[in-house]
Amino acid sequence: MENRPFNDTSYEKYLNEDRIMGSRCKKCSALALPPRPICVSCYGSEMEWVEFKGRGKLAAFTSIVVAPPFMAREGWGRDNPYIVGVVELEEGVKAVARINGVDVKNPDKILVGMSLQADFVSKRKGPAPRTFLVFKPFNPKEGGITA
Amino acid sequence: MGGKRKLARGVAVVGGGLTKLGLFKDRNCKDFFAEAYTEMIGSVDKGVDPKDIDAVYVGNFTNDFFVKQSHWGPIIADLLGHVPRPVTRTEGACASSAIAFREGVLAIASGMYDMVLVGGFEQMSKCSTEEVTEGLAMAASPYEVAAGFTFPGVFGVMATAYFAKYGATREALFNVTIKSHNNAPLNPKAQFPMTVQDFMNARIERAKKKGEPIPYWKDEKDFLRDPAANPPVAWPMHLFDCCPISDGAACLLLVAEGMARNFTDVPIYVAGIGQGSGYSLHAQKDLTSFEATRAAAKEAYEMSGLTPLDVQFAEVHDCFSVAEIIHMEDLGFVKPGQAHRAVAAGMTRLDGSKPINTSGGLKSKGHPVGATGIAQLYEIWMQLRGRAGKRQVPNPNLRVGAAHNLGGTGGTCTFTILERR
Repeated sequence: MENRPFNDTSYEKYLNEDRIMGSRCKKCSALALPPRPICVSCYGSEMEWVEFKGRGKLAAFTSIVVAPPFMAREGWGRDNPYIVGVVELEEGVKAVARINGVDVKNPDKILVGMSLQADFVSKRKGPAPRTFLVFKPFNPKEGGITA
Repeated sequence: MGGKRKLARGVAVVGGGLTKLGLFKDRNCKDFFAEAYTEMIGSVDKGVDPKDIDAVYVGNFTNDFFVKQSHWGPIIADLLGHVPRPVTRTEGACASSAIAFREGVLAIASGMYDMVLVGGFEQMSKCSTEEVTEGLAMAASPYEVAAGFTFPGVFGVMATAYFAKYGATREALFNVTIKSHNNAPLNPKAQFPMTVQDFMNARIERAKKKGEPIPYWKDEKDFLRDPAANPPVAWPMHLFDCCPISDGAACLLLVAEGMARNFTDVPIYVAGIGQGSGYSLHAQKDLTSFEATRAAAKEAYEMSGLTPLDVQFAEVHDCFSVAEIIHMEDLGFVKPGQAHRAVAAGMTRLDGSKPINTSGGLKSKGHPVGATGIAQLYEIWMQLRGRAGKRQVPNPNLRVGAAHNLGGTGGTCTFTILERR
């Protein structure tokens, strides 16, 4: 793994390469996503990169109807709500992300605990496209992104 | 390490002021603070000379964004004639002024000052709802913002986690809203001095006037279930689960314990005070609890020697209905998973065994974010002095009350226990 700093910028650059990269503390093996320069479990600062498989379960979610301005500019809002949630990854860390492919109009039917897999969505933000981590219902036929 | 976590000398509250809360586009934070300050000066039973105020701590979240003005310390010093003595602004999102209170307490306890004014203010009315949402989201973590989270969204997430873990439903949250709105009409400072039934009646009157079909709801819960009356904001948070956008200011006068009776025969003492920090949502171990609240509460309980059972009533940070339920559990008032049942059973009503948010709470009293922490403590101070009027807790032996203030997505929390001796 090349020598990138363990920070948010590296995390975003890896996402642009369709990879979910976090850090593992060399001293106590604690995982962090996004990566951390300092281990919050043992205060160690020797890290190594670890790639996450992008498989997990929905821990909690919401359907956003009143959208922040940058989402509203993309057409999201009262008539077009979107789902965001917290995903508990197989590796044991959580991520906050958009959840696609679920019934946005009937959030009471969405089940906490459902299996999800990562997807990468590219958005143009400024001069360069930027990739966002999103999740969608796990489809065994696709075999997840780790197939 | 850790220190004694005790105040080196005691601190008492001897005066307080709070503006009427609401939307006041034609006024500004100087106007609000002057109003609260004037009430505070008048509230000191035996009088106070403003020249004796050694220092001022003021909390403000983001007037920088809301009214494009920073550096509020000297603006307040100039307003009060406090120049050239020190004024320090504190920022902890919606907990900004509870931090100001704590800094004031620590400054007196250290022996540095004898008398400190603490306050808070915010003006949100000059922005559109979308701009306010954007401004408040500045207190969320960058990861949450990038994913498209809003503040109601963060608490919506916690609600779905709570529902899944404890089997509660949206109906349980209705009880929080109905209870808060029952208290608000009893508070002359409240932004919405209306019960949920009052909102229903207003809707019916409006329909009659406009010649529209008259809506019908069986009861308050039926009204809250109706998406036309109570539209979604961020599932399962609907309009009546969310605190409003508000303007206002609050302040309290603190003095060293030994001087307190020079100012009043009924000083209210700081029994315990704590502040904690928390991780971003994705790094929180438990999505149905705030680590910062539990840390702040532990510190305050240990300092005071009191337990959750000793706290007779409290203001807790009900920015969203589900938050009140989570805080009750984090503060130890009930066991985890039990708060939704306790609220349904009436425990938190004004006449219940532990009244919560007697002021109407953030939901119906209003939530000018930077003022809220002190506004909550003002309510505790008024109640402990027996001056809360129609919303006075009906307990002749009211001695201990507490206020819990939360900032951001739980990144900053405070818990302060006040006591009448």
